Amino acid sequence: MTDKKIRVLIAKPGLDGHDRGAKVIARALRDAGMEVIYTGLRQTPEMIAAAAVQEDVDVIGLSILSGAHNALCPRLMELLREKGMGDVTVLIGGIIPEADIPSLKKVGIAEVFLPGTSTQDIVDFIRKRFAEAQKA
Amino acid sequence: MGKESHLSSVTTNIEQGPNRKPSADEAKWEKSVLEPSLEKSPERAKRFTTISDYPIQRLYTPADLAGWSAEKDLGFPGQPPYARGIHSTMYRGRLWTMRQFAGFGTAEDTNQRFRYLLSQGQTGLSVAFDLPTLMGYDSDHLLSEGEVGKCGVAISSLADMEVLFDKIPMADVSTSMTINSPAAVIWAMYLAVAEKQGADWKKISGTLQNDILKEYIAQKEYIYPPGPSMRLVIDTFEFGAKETPKFNVISISGYHIREAGSTAIQELAFTLRDGIEYVEWALRRGLDVDDFSPHLSFFFNAHSDFFEEIAKYRAARRIWHKTMHERFGAKSPRSWALRFHTQTAGCSLTAQQPYNNVVRTALQALAAVMGGTQSLHTNSLDEAWALPTEFAATIALRTQQIIAHESGVTNTVDPLGGSYFVESLTNEVEQGAWDYIEKIDALGGMVNAIERSYPQREIAEAAYRYQVSVDRKEKIVVGVNDFIAEEKPLEILQIDETVAHRQAERLRKLRADRSAGEVDRRLKSLRKAAEGTENLMPHIYEAVKAYATLGEICDALRDVFGTYEEVAIT
Repeated sequence: MTDKKIRVLIAKPGLDGHDRGAKVIARALRDAGMEVIYTGLRQTPEMIAAAAVQEDVDVIGLSILSGAHNALCPRLMELLREKGMGDVTVLIGGIIPEADIPSLKKVGIAEVFLPGTSTQDIVDFIRKRFAEAQKA
Repeated sequence: MGKESHLSSVTTNIEQGPNRKPSADEAKWEKSVLEPSLEKSPERAKRFTTISDYPIQRLYTPADLAGWSAEKDLGFPGQPPYARGIHSTMYRGRLWTMRQFAGFGTAEDTNQRFRYLLSQGQTGLSVAFDLPTLMGYDSDHLLSEGEVGKCGVAISSLADMEVLFDKIPMADVSTSMTINSPAAVIWAMYLAVAEKQGADWKKISGTLQNDILKEYIAQKEYIYPPGPSMRLVIDTFEFGAKETPKFNVISISGYHIREAGSTAIQELAFTLRDGIEYVEWALRRGLDVDDFSPHLSFFFNAHSDFFEEIAKYRAARRIWHKTMHERFGAKSPRSWALRFHTQTAGCSLTAQQPYNNVVRTALQALAAVMGGTQSLHTNSLDEAWALPTEFAATIALRTQQIIAHESGVTNTVDPLGGSYFVESLTNEVEQGAWDYIEKIDALGGMVNAIERSYPQREIAEAAYRYQVSVDRKEKIVVGVNDFIAEEKPLEILQIDETVAHRQAERLRKLRADRSAGEVDRRLKSLRKAAEGTENLMPHIYEAVKAYATLGEICDALRDVFGTYEEVAIT
């Protein structure tokens, strides 16, 4: 382990304004010692990718409850690769039908967290990924 | 307003403090029965609390209702202070309206679901719009990508609204529309279709959500800054009082505040303080309090803590009566009586073991009925995954029918009235709400409080506290942090991915077929009116009838009003 704090961008893509989950996760990750930047509402994939570069984050957490994930996620992943941020860990939390999860993972989403996930599970997942990335 | 004035002279003491004076019999029972029993077998926890983390006593007795008066604090149904309900016979006279919120895909898709629900005994309609519609964008706008028809039905123009209500008699069916920032535009479309059907505006009934304040506080579907948004709301109040006497022009909503993670007391307080804000703005416009107040309605959440919810509804009616009567001097009993819709708590549904959600919803719906709701939506078991299938939506409706026709709770008015516990909790929830209302008054009203992020911060705090308590297993959610089991995936509703394409095609055709000159003229006159102070409803109505799209009308107002960005707090 290094002393570097894990930097996380929490983002709300799409038109949906339900930000309870995004805010709770932002606070939980901060309480777990991570550096958290919250984009606020209604971010396009372009805005999220630009913020990820500017803030030089290790992790992007997307909160999507509106059903727009299949349209928004592939584009975000493409933009991240274009910007040389293909290895940033991208996570989704929200209302995601189980049938959509394989295709989301295929475009490079590291994990999908469904309703009921404990914040500790998300903290543990991020720490583990980060430790592996440090070793590599 | 001093605190003491709100409740006759009730002193309840939840932590068994010095003000609680048990009777000699109660004291004797405590010594001789309770204490030995506690010594032998202690209770399961040191502290028992509601889902909002509000402390609950072991036992409630007359000692908790010292100073409480059945005459003043409870009264009789259909009479101030309305603790027992707003109608003298309640459900013996007429059951609540079973109103299932529905909408997905195109107007054709949703029209079909509506006609199915009506054929199954549903008694009113409730329209869910998709996110582009809620945000005032047409289906073919760049920001609509991926969202068209997903969370509700896509309505971009009067042409879509005509399809949505095809073969549905608007003169007979009451319709609730969950639309806020663009509410005036969608309402104008509804009224235009009603006119085409030959339905008399004086007779049509329904409810427009039109509650912009809770958007800034909780749901965040706002377009314009608070000032012009409030003007639009008051324009609809004024228009409705004159033109549509049976339409509720607003549904002042706590539902979304609760879904965002508030406590029950916060939901109650912020919602009623929003109500006060609307009344104040309408009075400043010069409207007569008894002209518009009977058209104000409310919308609460039915969460899982059974008694806390019942206390909340009862307290809501008492607070609103007192507010309208004393603070605003309303003279008509129709202005005093708080009427409300209820929806069971979406945020309580679990993705895990989803059939358990039927049970959760049934208990929540029962609380709404015991609390005297006027209409009810029961959630479907699959909503932590997607919009409901027809199968799931039918069970949700049947849940209400079972409560109405089998449970027997509708046989008498306010069956819990007089319960030491329910009356004490009603008093306490009411007092908690008054405390918040006073704080917001001191901040200069709700618009000012919102601009300082006060309610937003209170809710975020409560949401986080709840999450921590679930993570620590201090609160148990069955199937989520305890009683976990392996399970098979659920069959869920698939939204046809061609919806966006079909909508874009329809818009292209609409723009080609309508009179561009007429649309242009109507939008210009709307813009000009928006720069002044006159009521915008007639201008919006004319623009809608010329088939100007939702996006075009909202853009005209964006040009004049600007848009709103919140300060994001985490």
